Formats: sequence, structure tokens, C-alpha cells
Amino acid sequence: MSWSVSSLRLHVESALAGRVVSPFRFKEASAPAVVPMGIAALDELTGGLPRGCLTEIYGPPGSGKTSILHSALAARTQAAEACALVDAQDCFDPVSAQGSGIELSRLLWVRCRGIDPALRSVDLLLHGGGFGLLALDLGDIPARLVRQVQLNVWFRMRRAVEDTSTVFVVLAQETNAKSCASLVLRVEREATAWSLPMQETERRAVHTPGCLLDASRHSAEMVRSFQRRKKPLFIDQAKNCEPAGTVHFQLISDKRSSEEELHEETSLAPQVFEERSQNPG
Amino acid sequence: MAFCAIFVPDFLLQAVVRYEPALRNQPLVLLDGPPPVFRVIAASEAARQLGVTAGLTKAAAAEFHGVQIRFRNREQEGAAHAALMDAAWSISPRVEETAIDLVTMDVAGLTTLFGSREKIGLQLQSRCLELGLHVHLAVSENLETARIVSCAHRGPTIVSAGQEALCLKPLPVDLLAPSEELAEVLRHWGISSCGALAALPVLSLSECVGQEGVRLHAIASGKGHRALILAEPRHVFEECLELDDTVEELEPLSFLLGRLLDQLCARVAARALAIRIIRLKFELQPSFEEAFDTSREMVRVKQPAGTFHCSLTLPRATQDAKLLLKLLRLRLQGQPPNAPVQKLWMSVDTDRPRAVQGGLFLPAAPDPDKLELTLARIASVVGETNVGSAELPDSFRPDAFRMRKFDAGDADSRKAVSAVSAKVHGELQKAKINFRYLRPPLPAHVALDAGHPVRVSWKGNTGKVVHASGPWRLSGQWWAENFWQEDAWEVELSFAGKTLLSGTYCIVFDAQQKKWFVRGSYD
Repeated sequence: MSWSVSSLRLHVESALAGRVVSPFRFKEASAPAVVPMGIAALDELTGGLPRGCLTEIYGPPGSGKTSILHSALAARTQAAEACALVDAQDCFDPVSAQGSGIELSRLLWVRCRGIDPALRSVDLLLHGGGFGLLALDLGDIPARLVRQVQLNVWFRMRRAVEDTSTVFVVLAQETNAKSCASLVLRVEREATAWSLPMQETERRAVHTPGCLLDASRHSAEMVRSFQRRKKPLFIDQAKNCEPAGTVHFQLISDKRSSEEELHEETSLAPQVFEERSQNPG
Repeated sequence: MAFCAIFVPDFLLQAVVRYEPALRNQPLVLLDGPPPVFRVIAASEAARQLGVTAGLTKAAAAEFHGVQIRFRNREQEGAAHAALMDAAWSISPRVEETAIDLVTMDVAGLTTLFGSREKIGLQLQSRCLELGLHVHLAVSENLETARIVSCAHRGPTIVSAGQEALCLKPLPVDLLAPSEELAEVLRHWGISSCGALAALPVLSLSECVGQEGVRLHAIASGKGHRALILAEPRHVFEECLELDDTVEELEPLSFLLGRLLDQLCARVAARALAIRIIRLKFELQPSFEEAFDTSREMVRVKQPAGTFHCSLTLPRATQDAKLLLKLLRLRLQGQPPNAPVQKLWMSVDTDRPRAVQGGLFLPAAPDPDKLELTLARIASVVGETNVGSAELPDSFRPDAFRMRKFDAGDADSRKAVSAVSAKVHGELQKAKINFRYLRPPLPAHVALDAGHPVRVSWKGNTGKVVHASGPWRLSGQWWAENFWQEDAWEVELSFAGKTLLSGTYCIVFDAQQKKWFVRGSYD
């Protein structure tokens, strides 16, 4: 039996009638809506967290990925959106989260002990739908274990979050979702700033009772983004030139009495941070 | 005035058939009496055609081929009566509890709501059918006429005004429920129908049989009047199911629970309410050792059956029986009864149904019913205490929190909050350093110099303290047994050769245990 193109097309269209509106029309992917992360430098770099997409934030422990997540959660919960955090290693701190501005009553916290229950919980929440932001925190799970999660799991999650208004964020020590992620950010800690009011006095120990954790400085590199393409890095550029798509941002400590006080000391950054990190005493 | 009477024929049988609809067209007999001499007290039409009559013993009834035998259950009869009342209350608030199988109600003024009296009757009939009751109905302007006609005709029968006597004329006089003495007298006189009684002269009847005769004469003439004795609406919804054979597995048990839930949801919906709390009670089969105690050979006392209780509270009231069944299944999967179930009770607390007013510009929130199911499923994976939203208690103890049930909030509150947040949070807050807990904290070895930590080791890793802040001395609840006291330090550690571990940590010295722990890190 010979099929002409038009009859074949008609046959396919009639077979898919009621399920697919027009199977042969090219569906142009529209740009997803974005929501702010709550950190100006990162928002400027990435354009915000895309809805209906998988966003991956990775970095070693202490790199600041938790603070980025909390900042995004604070923005979403303050906008009266319901959010969910699947905590694979039960490391969420409600006290510091509230200090960051998260409305705890609007945050569903799922405390897991391992990857498997965490992935199952995420599956259920994604299919349940309705959350403004859903975060999977694998930050404290060893990277070798997260690496064992098969790629089809990430594909399934990406497919589940597609065409929804949910921002899906994954925190990990390494990037795992590969091409399933629409936005990938790599964060690192650069330095930590401590206030040393009694630094001048002669002491054997480098610290004093008056020493306080002030702030920390981090860098974030946009490894992948469907929204904004990275600028190419030319080989004839200077070596010390910063790679394109990298920004620096600063996190302050809760123990600081006021931001103004911090501003006086840390506005000198990055020199102050570098000096202190290299020569703490 | 207009009154409607609802009569349930074969009420005892219908009370059983409500829970087992498959028995409706089968020959069914009901047994009752002191054990072991059980007697047939009711038989269905199909059983009567086979020759089963009331008073037969259980063994004799079992001789008939295909006859289904059940025992009378007064709790099921109570539930069937409550369902009948609910059906009546769903139409009118003025309802009289005339008998266990008969309800009379005032339907005056309802034509604007439901249409003609025929439509009111049909509406009532369909609502009773939803509750598993096949009923006879009659509507009349006379209360007693409606009651008697409903017992006689399948209906719905509409008795027009002035036609009461004509309608009652052919009906047997026994439907007027005369006393035994009067019934005997009427039988002697050859009065068998209401029409014959209505034809008797009232004065002579009064002289012969007294006031009762006069009252029945008025009723038979369609002129008997009395006030409706109104029943107080009840908000108790309970259903019960007793099993012939015990159920051990969840699958057949959920099938039975589904039947009970269907009944309860239909009753609750008839009253324009919704279910907020479900309470389950199972009577469990005693174990073999308890039932058969060999140490007491002469006197064997039957042990009381154990019970299993379970309750389910919903954040939003719902009428969705399927959703409730799924939630109950998930709950029972997590907490199954420890013995086979032989009897089930289910009661519900009700609330006003949720009125949902969606909005195009409202922030995202999960559907409450769907969310409840999702949470129940997650709870079955990670445990019930590990799902919810955190709540901070009034305590200085680090890591003090309690979990509460997550509630996404209703649309109105989200609307209000979103409007406020749009105004207030125009500018971004400064991002803060956040903490990650290690639960439980890791034991550590800390080297001190002049009281200050200089090296911290745990899990074979040793880090040099670059900066430290502390000690932050915390204590509390000294008046209780679980008092706590600790010195906390924030330390920046540098690990030679393991740069990934380098970072800022919180270490604590527990004064009670005299040990150091790593509480977590700043990230």
C-alpha cells in the first residue's frame, strides 16, 4: 500500500485527534517566566530562576549554595507562594531560615535520610503540583552517591516540572542533571570576614572573645543557561581576567548588629577579604 | 399546608442491604433471638416466594436453596434510620421522627425551590436511593393521610386536596393502627377498610368504642389533624459493619471502608456538610491463645475482643469519598491493626464545605485535597513526623523546633499577603549566611590553647583553626531533667590537602557530657 504525504499526514492527524491539537505545527518554545533569587548580583547574572525548569546550584560545603536557596525561598514565601524543601540529609536550620526571611508556615519541609526517599518525595511533590518553588537539597550527600542517580531520573523530573509554574532547584556538591538543567550555577567561597577589635593586643591565639563572624564573600559562575548564553572566552585575553558569566556576592552574618556597621568594614572588599583570609592574625 | 411521609418497607432487611447492595434481589432472611435458638424475623420478597416464613429456625431457613442468612444488627438499623432522617432534613427542616421506618415532614412552601409536589416527591425518592433506601412516598395536605397512604402505596403518591377520603377508602383499617380491643371490635362488625369505618355514624361509634373510635373515624375520613412533633437536627454521623468472616488484609478492608465512606459522604452531602475528621474503630478478633485457654478446662470465659482506633483529621472539609478512602488506606498502611478485623465503626465530624473562589492573580498554591493526599503518601515514605512545616518554640535551645501540619493557606489569606508583600518587599533584603545542621552532631576532638580551640578533628580529618569566635555560653531548663549547657564556637577551619572541607563550622562543648561535637557548618 502506497501512502502519499498528504494522506499520511491526514492519518497521523486523525490518529492524534483530541490529544494533540496540531502535531505538525512547529511549537516555538516560549521563554519561561523568571522569579528573583533575592541576591541582586545573581539576578543580574542569570536573569532569575526560571519557572517550569530545573535549576542546579552546586559547590563544595560552605560555598554559599544554602544561602542562595534560602534567599530564593524567602522571596517566594514572602510573595505568599507555597514552597517545599526536600531535605535529603535533614540539615535544614529553621532558625537561620527564619532569619533569612523565610515564612516557615508556607514552607513544606520533608526530612529524609538518604537519596531514595528524597527522590520519591520530589516525584510526589512534582506530580502533586501547585508549589511556587520546590528544592531538593543533596548538599550533604557525598558526591559519589549522587553520581549514581541515573540520568533518566533527572529527565523524568524535568519533564514533570515542564509546563508548570514551579521553580525546581537542586543543590548538590557536583553537577548531575547535565542537559536536564536549564540553569546551572557553580558557587565557591572566596573568603570569610571576621571582626577583630582586639587585634592590636599581643595574644598567642589568633582570635579574641570579641571576634565575630561578619560576612563571607562568594563567587558564582553561570555554567549553563537556556536564557542567557555565556560570552565566549577568547584565548588571547589576559590570564588574570575573570571568566565570563562570573559574579561575586556577599553574605552577612546574623550576629552583626547592623548592616551599616558591616558596610563600614566590608565595603573595602575585595581587598579586605583577601587580606584577612591570607593574613588572619 | 402540605405534608410528606416517607416509609421504608422491609426496613430491617433494607438496613442490611444498604451495606451489601448485591443482596437486594436475592432471597434474604434475617435472624434474631437468644442463641442458639435463632428465628427468622424478616424475609425478602424472593425468600417469601421460596416459602420462607417468619418464625422458622436457622436450620430450617438454611434448607432453602440460595437463601442468604444474616443476623439482625441494631446498630445498622440505627444508621439506616439516621440516613432516612438526613434525607428528610436535606429537603425540609421541619421533620417528625414518626417511627424507625417512617418519617413525616412539612413540605409547605417548597414548590418555589423544587417545583411541583410530584417533583418534591421524586427528589426525595432519589435522595433516599442515594443513601441506599428504597422508600414509599406520599404527599398530602393532611398529615395522617400522607402517613397512611405512604405505607400502602409505592408512590410517590400525590393526594389532592379534598380527595383524602377517596384515597383512603380502599385501604385496610389495620393501617390506622387501632388498639387490639378496637381491632377485635371492628373485626366483629365486619369493618375491614377505611372507607367502611368512615361510613359509620360518629355519635354511635363514640358511644360504642369511645374516643379512639372517633379519632380513627376522623383519620379514615381524611380529616384527622395533629401537630407535627419536630425532631432536633442531629450532627452525629456514624456507620457500622459487622462481618461474618474476619478480614486480615488491607485490600478487602479498604473495600469495606469504601462502602462505609460512600454512605457517610452521601449522608453528609445530603445535609450540605463536609467531612473534617474521620474516626475509625475496629473490633479485633481475639487471638487463638486467648480464646482457647487450656489452663481452664471446665470454665472457658470468652475474652473481650481488642479494639483498634484510628483517626484522620483533614485541613479542609471534603465530601470526596475516593480521596478519603485513599487517605485512610495510606494511614492504615502505616499503622495496620495487629489482628483480623471482625467489626468496623466509622464516625465523622463535619464542617461547612469549603467554598473555593479562585483568582487569576493569586500566588501558586497546591490544591488542598491533592496536597493532603500527597502529604499522606510522602508520610508513608519518610514517616509522619518528618513532613510538615517547622515551628519555632519559645526556647533558646539551638535546633529547637517542632513540626506542624503543613497548610498552604486559603485563597483569601494568600490574596491579602500577596498584596502586602508586593508593597513591602519592593527592595531585596541583604542575603545572610545560613547554617546547615549535622543531625545528630558529630563527636569531635578539639585541641585547646589557653582555653581556645586551635585544632578540630572528626572522622579522621584534622583542621587547623584559622579564626574562632566564642565561646557562646548557652544553657536552659535547669529546673528540669533535660537541662542543657554548652559552649559554642564558630570556627573557620583549614584542612591541609582537603580544601573541600575547609569552611566555617560551629563546634560545641557539651558541659554535661564533657564532650565536643561538630554541630554544623555555614553555607
